[in-house]
Amino acid sequence: MASSSTPLETGAQGHAHNPNLQHHFYSMSQQLEASTLGMWVFLVTEIMFFGGMFMAYIVYRITYPEAWVLGSHHLNVGLGALNTGVLICSSLTMALAVRSAQVSSRKGQIVNLILTIVFGATFLVVKFFEYKEKFEHHLVPGPHFDMTLPDAGQQQLFFSLYFMLTGVHAAHMIVGIGLMLVILTMAIRGRFSSEYYTPVEISGLYWHFVDIVWIFLFPLLYLLGAHLAAHGG
Amino acid sequence: MSEHEHIVTPTGTYVATFVALLILTALTYLAAIHDFGWMNTPIALAIALLKASFVVIFFMGVRYNTPLTKVVVITGFCWLFILFGLTLNDYLTRPWLGVPGR
Repeated sequence: MASSSTPLETGAQGHAHNPNLQHHFYSMSQQLEASTLGMWVFLVTEIMFFGGMFMAYIVYRITYPEAWVLGSHHLNVGLGALNTGVLICSSLTMALAVRSAQVSSRKGQIVNLILTIVFGATFLVVKFFEYKEKFEHHLVPGPHFDMTLPDAGQQQLFFSLYFMLTGVHAAHMIVGIGLMLVILTMAIRGRFSSEYYTPVEISGLYWHFVDIVWIFLFPLLYLLGAHLAAHGG
Repeated sequence: MSEHEHIVTPTGTYVATFVALLILTALTYLAAIHDFGWMNTPIALAIALLKASFVVIFFMGVRYNTPLTKVVVITGFCWLFILFGLTLNDYLTRPWLGVPGR
């Protein structure tokens, strides 16, 4: 909050100390840079985590291309596209929330963080209805899978990867919403200002990362059969 | 704020990024409903990579980060391509050799 902060930026001289500056850092900017770097190192491990599942997707898609198109054809492109839009909106509001903190706007932070949470929750609600539809149509791998489908065993493999990839992604969304609730509480208490906004910044990095995963999931899962649908195939 | 002035991205840049991402999403869909043969997936991946780059560069603000952070971001994706490259090097070349008993 602008009102509670005094112009403090200490260097080697160390005259004044921002209470948010931890003693092992030299300055507020170094603290922010170190935190950003640390968050990116974590995100690289996340890239590799999702990368393993994408790798499985690639290998099986190369092995069973027809089953992948058939499986993809069962997914609801409209809902997938809607969720892509919802996540892009949430990324915009997240970026604006970080910006609000940078310019010490408490109101901007609160409004944008609430919008981010609302968009994130909307995504999960849409995802719930998609999953529900898959259960009703017997497309969930297991004893109730519709084995009358062509290439049923291979399609089951597609749906295993679909549920694993989107399920782990949804779990990341839930964690992200929890994180945003914490950041929102801190923002309401006026913890962030242009002097100190590191938690908003690095939580934002996480949120955008989850958006990036979906950017790849949408075409790779939903759109494989789209050209068949458009030509009545 | 004597030592540094952190750069605050104008709201307009974020909104422009947002609009670009929505347009590219529409483009992904339009590309997918046309049959380009084997080119469909490369086109979809190219658009997805472009979208991801926009998010990383503008929303995540990597362009203002330190060189060290930039290196970590780029190498992060390099490890992913090493994973893909070496694994596919195995799977794609298996049929090349006539393995006895298979």
